[in-house]
Amino acid sequence: MTTFWWVMIVSGLATFAIRLSFILLIGEREVAPWARRALRLVPPAVLTAIIVPEMLLPGGELDVSLSNGRLLAGALAALVAWRTRNVVLTIVVGMVALWLFKAVLP
Amino acid sequence: MTSRFGQFIRGIQAELPILIGVVPFGMIYGVLALSAGIPPAAAQAMSAIVFAGSAQIVLTQLVVASTPALVMILTVFVVNLRHALYSASMAPHLQRLNPFFKLLLAYLLTDEAYAVTILHYEKVPAPDADCPEDDRRQWFFLGAGLALWSSWQLSTAVGIFLGAIVPASWELDFTLALTFIALVVPTLKDRSAQTAAATAGVVALLAFHLPYKLGLIAAALLGVGIGLLVERKALTQ
Repeated sequence: MTTFWWVMIVSGLATFAIRLSFILLIGEREVAPWARRALRLVPPAVLTAIIVPEMLLPGGELDVSLSNGRLLAGALAALVAWRTRNVVLTIVVGMVALWLFKAVLP
Repeated sequence: MTSRFGQFIRGIQAELPILIGVVPFGMIYGVLALSAGIPPAAAQAMSAIVFAGSAQIVLTQLVVASTPALVMILTVFVVNLRHALYSASMAPHLQRLNPFFKLLLAYLLTDEAYAVTILHYEKVPAPDADCPEDDRRQWFFLGAGLALWSSWQLSTAVGIFLGAIVPASWELDFTLALTFIALVVPTLKDRSAQTAAATAGVVALLAFHLPYKLGLIAAALLGVGIGLLVERKALTQ
């Protein structure tokens, strides 16, 4: 377990160094316009890259059938998010939908 | 601009809806860490030391698989590399702060704190260039970051205590995806953002089985790259 504590500490320092990197490095210099445009695209790209496998690869296997409750619940949640822009409502509708689909679907 | 305290409170308020997704996630991490054989003290400490949900959950999976220490550290590094992009995104807004504030906010720079803070920086205009000290938006960041930090530590503790009381069949881990869905949909305003998201989603699927979660990095870089190409095309037309 001593080794594991070192793994945690080094992992924590590495994570902190990543988060600090540009905040410390850029300093007074300006960020180029193309870099600013690129950075604006980071959240949609990263978040979608996390969401899509969660919905389409339950248990690591591709499932695009109607029996995939996570796919249906996620699609419904996206609709709610689009229409209402409400984070809480999106999560509640998504979870309730997942439980309902799981109860109904084979 | 509102006062420091006003900004701080607004940061907490903006973070509150996100916590609905974070709290179950923290509890799930606590449960998973214990079932992986990590002692309660170490499991709790990890939430303060690493302070990154998906990396922490990946770490518990690696402990179960008896992965060598160096590979564990490398995996956390790769899973958390996306934070460099957040760091670059926040850097221009934070450059006039003192070093202590920079260190503190860098420690608090998680997916969830970044998501609400960058939206705040985009919505609330910067004050006059003549008196940049009027910009108090860093207090919003601090409020959002501390709200997330406290609830992450508390929900980890609850997860450790509850152990396996919440059955896995409830699939509460799906709240992570739902939280991100709620955050990503409002960012899909134009063609380039939509292209970036669509590309990243497809690449993430195709590259899911790459080792060390490299698929996530590949998806993000390709998504941003293709999105930029679409944007350049729109600009030159």
